[in-house]
Amino acid sequence: MRYERPETIQAATTLLAEAQDSVFVLAGGTDLLVRMQRDDFEAELVVDIKSIAGITDVIETDDSFVIGAAVSCAALGEHAALRAAWPGVVEAANLIGSTQIQGRCTVVGNLCNASPAADSVPALIAAGAQARIVGPNGTRTVPVEEVPTGPGKTSLAKGEMIDAIVIAKPEPKSGDSYLRFTPRTEMDIAVVGASVHLVLDDAGTVKTARVALGAVGPKVLVSQEAAQSIIGTTLDAAALDALATVCSAASTPIDDKRGTVDFRKQVAGVLARRAALIAFERAGGTQ
Amino acid sequence: MSSIAVSTTINGDDVEYLCQADETLLDVLRNRLGLMGSKEGCGTGDCGACSTIIDGRVVCSCLVLGAEAQGRTIETIEGMANGAALHPLQTNFIEHAALQCGVCTPGFLMAAKALLDVNPDPTEEEIRFWLAGNLCRCTGYDKIVRAVQAAAVEMRGEQA
Repeated sequence: MRYERPETIQAATTLLAEAQDSVFVLAGGTDLLVRMQRDDFEAELVVDIKSIAGITDVIETDDSFVIGAAVSCAALGEHAALRAAWPGVVEAANLIGSTQIQGRCTVVGNLCNASPAADSVPALIAAGAQARIVGPNGTRTVPVEEVPTGPGKTSLAKGEMIDAIVIAKPEPKSGDSYLRFTPRTEMDIAVVGASVHLVLDDAGTVKTARVALGAVGPKVLVSQEAAQSIIGTTLDAAALDALATVCSAASTPIDDKRGTVDFRKQVAGVLARRAALIAFERAGGTQ
Repeated sequence: MSSIAVSTTINGDDVEYLCQADETLLDVLRNRLGLMGSKEGCGTGDCGACSTIIDGRVVCSCLVLGAEAQGRTIETIEGMANGAALHPLQTNFIEHAALQCGVCTPGFLMAAKALLDVNPDPTEEEIRFWLAGNLCRCTGYDKIVRAVQAAAVEMRGEQA
């Protein structure tokens, strides 16, 4: 295995493109280094991207936040403006792992590791975040939900890497949230995760909504039907019941040691309901 | 496989070493530099026994490559005491019997130091949450939490 630490995006993508066999991007390493411990792990090249200018920064522009691919989740949580604008995204990112993991792990890594249970991914999707992908053929930007294609698989082509996540500044009267269920209070993997982002109109009813569910399918589930069930309401009891029912029905989880299918389906509804209420309150809504 | 030359700062000293591309910082500390205080428990970032502070953030050194240390500032348990004078966290761990077998202790001390560096007056809940990535199979954690609380009081210059 070779280790390279390029100082420009172009140098990094050239290294990624020219590698003959398996090549990995190293940012926080909290997934990659664990994989490296396995006997069957083989890599020709690891590309450490942390020396690329700007890639460890959160940049606030007039209309968006640009989160560099190597920003640790701990640093994300210390960014007051981002936390105020997108509390659900930051809370989700800060749920990943322990204090020690937080010091290294990144949301781009969480996305590219492509675990269905990734905590930050439902929140990024609900927020409408975009992944900025750089590669030998230039830069393209895609919605975050188009990156993972299944467990451990992404839509990135050879030579490509994500250099930043871009999240637009939130609209007025909007709010987001992420909740997950884990058996242990901290440092555990989501059995189910649910994220809701909603925008209210002047009358205080839900104008637009996005609902994303984690760990209940091979990739994060984005349910239009769930969003529709609360649009035009003030999250009254009937709307919340409808949301929970739709989310439970839409979930297609697996049975494993951390939860059964029936349990996960029910919890998906419960968490979506609670997440919607938090997002509604953050948007300034009153029932 | 050619070695990688790394220049870094460990406990205030300039240090240079050669390592392999796939070698962890924990292995470099223990096997090449003779700094055996950082322990290997799980080797996968779950137990915190290898906790070190890099550029002010506590991390698991088993999940850092030795090559990544280039140009960084690293603190290990070996740098915690000032000569023969133990750090308040160390004296309070002893006084509160916050260790039994001791394998987790360097990691707990480094993680607790990182906490008190940013939050000199943490609540019990904040201490427990911060230290959730450090596993101890002996003490049941209560004595560790009490020791951190007592050290925080001492470091703030208050009467216990």
